[in-house]
Amino acid sequence: MKGFLHTARLDISESLRARWFLLYALIFGAIVVLLFVFGLSESRVRGFTGLSRMLVTYIQLSMAIMPVFVLMTTVRSLAGDREAGINEYMLSLPVSLSAWYWGRFVGRFVVIFLPVFVAMLGAALWGALKGAAVPMGQLAWYSLLLMVLSYCFLGMGFLISAIARTTEMAQSAALLIWLVFLLFLDLILLGLLIRGQAAPGLVVGIALLNPLEVFRGGAMILFDPQLLMLGPSAYLILDLFGRVGFMAYSVLYPLLLGSALALIGFLKFRRGDLP
Amino acid sequence: MIRIEGLRKNFGKTTVLDALDLSLNAGDRTALIGANGAGKTTLIRCLLGEYTYQGTVLVNGAAPRSQRTAVLRDISFVPQLPPPLKMPVDVLLHYAANICAAPENDMRRVGTRLGLDFDEIGNRPFSKLSGGQKQKILIAIAMGRPVKTLIMDEPTANLDPRARQVFFDIMGEQLDRTMIISSHRLEEVTGMVNRVVELDHGKVVLDDKVEDVADPAARLRCHLGLKKADPAFARTMGEWGLDTDAQGIDWRGEIAGPDRLRFLGTLTRYAGILRRIHIDDARNAEGK
Repeated sequence: MKGFLHTARLDISESLRARWFLLYALIFGAIVVLLFVFGLSESRVRGFTGLSRMLVTYIQLSMAIMPVFVLMTTVRSLAGDREAGINEYMLSLPVSLSAWYWGRFVGRFVVIFLPVFVAMLGAALWGALKGAAVPMGQLAWYSLLLMVLSYCFLGMGFLISAIARTTEMAQSAALLIWLVFLLFLDLILLGLLIRGQAAPGLVVGIALLNPLEVFRGGAMILFDPQLLMLGPSAYLILDLFGRVGFMAYSVLYPLLLGSALALIGFLKFRRGDLP
Repeated sequence: MIRIEGLRKNFGKTTVLDALDLSLNAGDRTALIGANGAGKTTLIRCLLGEYTYQGTVLVNGAAPRSQRTAVLRDISFVPQLPPPLKMPVDVLLHYAANICAAPENDMRRVGTRLGLDFDEIGNRPFSKLSGGQKQKILIAIAMGRPVKTLIMDEPTANLDPRARQVFFDIMGEQLDRTMIISSHRLEEVTGMVNRVVELDHGKVVLDDKVEDVADPAARLRCHLGLKKADPAFARTMGEWGLDTDAQGIDWRGEIAGPDRLRFLGTLTRYAGILRRIHIDDARNAEGK
């Protein structure tokens, strides 16, 4: 346990000094600032006003940016550490492989989730200072969704890093996986439906395996209980899960997927050559 | 102490260690030499439990891979190339001390002897330090731990002569430890070891005692005479800690015993201006 805690703290300390973290934190900080600058908190769209409207936009942007950032920075730094000889030295110290791997996982999770969360919290606080009502339920739900999404892609990043032997290979794989998720968000699924090559149930099933799609549905269901924005597939989803069931699924699925991928990564890491 | 039998390591179709057998006893200070690709680094990584392998490797009766924390509690390692860690020096020392359950002050004490000023560098990122400073920190962490075995890959490569002298002094105080010192060239490490093992294509091709057992902490008194003063020579001898007379013709000082071949190698660059070289054991010189 001591090794795990020390390693988590060390990874946080190491990440906070990395350039990627600075860029990552700046991006999410800048998004919030820009949303305020462009007066989004004062706009009104489809009944959303003030901070609610702003949070919806923020979470949509986070979904587009965070996964690829988490994937790329995770694989780059983990595979890079191996190539640069950091693993060779640090793993010559008597730290268990589980403490090292999971300590880094938890440390990295804190580092990638905090800027996204803090930026959102900062927006809410700023809005509150300006007299807007803070939608606490929406804020808590979005925080939870962002947490599980970052956790899921972090697990993916750790698995890719454990498998790929070079940084280039790891980065290419990460980018490819993100693109596949992105394409299956709409384009490919719509194509399949239009060409009638797949049953609607299968298409919805594929969509429900995509953590980005699950995140989007989860974010939507709060203000669109019937998932009208999803179109006819909402019937299938709500028939299958119900509203509360789908909310539970949108939290549990990314959590379980991220855990499973990270665990497979750990087993691979433990069995292979470390440096 | 360390027993290796039939150690084999392949990377794809390439065999890097080929049924290697080797035994090291307590107190053996072994120079592990060989050309690039001979298998030195791979052997070290197997001993550190960082590589999977076929065959038997036992360090104090334990297998490095399956019982790695138990094995690594008794091994200190100094890599050839310092890792590009971004964390500050204090954080690294704190982490190493906690993970190794070793007193951080002992590591700092070794570092201070090597010439490090922790007040100045403590908050600086490790990766921003000079090559010599990084090497000293890694040596401080390794030699400040109460371990039975030291594994060092070219440990003095980035050290200046004065720091090397302190390094040899500290080695001289720790002669009860088993040491493996890896190097491309025997003359770099011959003064520190009492055994030499040469690897070639993953096999032991030479395993011999070094009869010229020198005390790593020994000092040699040097007296050099020049035909004429030379600024480049003066700079180099200054780095070695030698002093001169007002004219820069007569040079005197002490060098570390294990550094004698390296020192002679340095002198060959100035053979044209050297008139006299006298090197003697400092204790003999004092007795005269």
